[in-house]
Amino acid sequence: MSRLVRMDHTGHTTLAEWTADDPGAVERAVAAFREQLDNGYFAMVSTGEGHAEQVRELPLDAPLVIMRLPISGG
Amino acid sequence: MAADGGVLPETAQVHWRPRVDERRLRLFARLWTLTTLAHVVPFLGVAALLLWLDPVTLPVALAAVAHAWVIPELYAKRGADVVRRKTRRGDRRPTEEAERVSAGLLGDLVGHEAREVHAATGLVPERGTLGVWVVGEAGALLVRPGGRRVHCWCVRVDDPRLPTGDRIAHLLLALRTDEAGFATVANQTFSGAPWRVRRRLPPEMRPALDAGRALAASDPRYSTAR
Repeated sequence: MSRLVRMDHTGHTTLAEWTADDPGAVERAVAAFREQLDNGYFAMVSTGEGHAEQVRELPLDAPLVIMRLPISGG
Repeated sequence: MAADGGVLPETAQVHWRPRVDERRLRLFARLWTLTTLAHVVPFLGVAALLLWLDPVTLPVALAAVAHAWVIPELYAKRGADVVRRKTRRGDRRPTEEAERVSAGLLGDLVGHEAREVHAATGLVPERGTLGVWVVGEAGALLVRPGGRRVHCWCVRVDDPRLPTGDRIAHLLLALRTDEAGFATVANQTFSGAPWRVRRRLPPEMRPALDAGRALAASDPRYSTAR
């Protein structure tokens, strides 16, 4: 089961869960993913120890996709 | 699937800054050392000159020496402050449940060793190519290979309601995406000897910097970068 989570004031919120063989769940996950991108979030997936990648399309095979806000110099 | 070849999108907001790399870090380090000398040497020179002219000027000479000591200390404090815990009040203060949940997500992102350091110090060590990062909720320390210099960077996510673990996770994910871009977006507040930053850190955070220094000094991946 893959998960789409957004880091927010609650700690994190699970926005969608899907498996690649469930078209309905995938469709809902893609819609939730795009909504978060439209709201200014960036989507991240881990790509091994110490590495992450920003993605612009929902990677259906990723176990965890994390939405984060932009960072800036303080 | 990847966006922009692994370049941190936030770098577009600071397009005028050259990307940080090994050469620029070495340049930063030299400039900070020169700046420190430019602050310290004149005051020490004045103190020596006054005492040479007339020993009765001792109080003024001591004041000059104090300035030579205080100014670098203030810079080091500014560097250490980037990883201090931030006090948030009212509706900006996350609930205990949010803190617990965010710590769980952060724990899923890091290894056992980093989880233990975070539990004890509130900071997360992370091996990078430029050195070992020690990441806090509003900034990070970069311990250079060999462990003899630290760069302090102020960088944060701009949502005051986020719990601490999420704030660190934001920085960690950005750092893992594009380390050089992360350092480019961040504002450098200090560069110098780790011991100067360490003594300005809260005692409970010092083991995190110690762990970073130990990794930077012993990890074979940094042996060619010194």
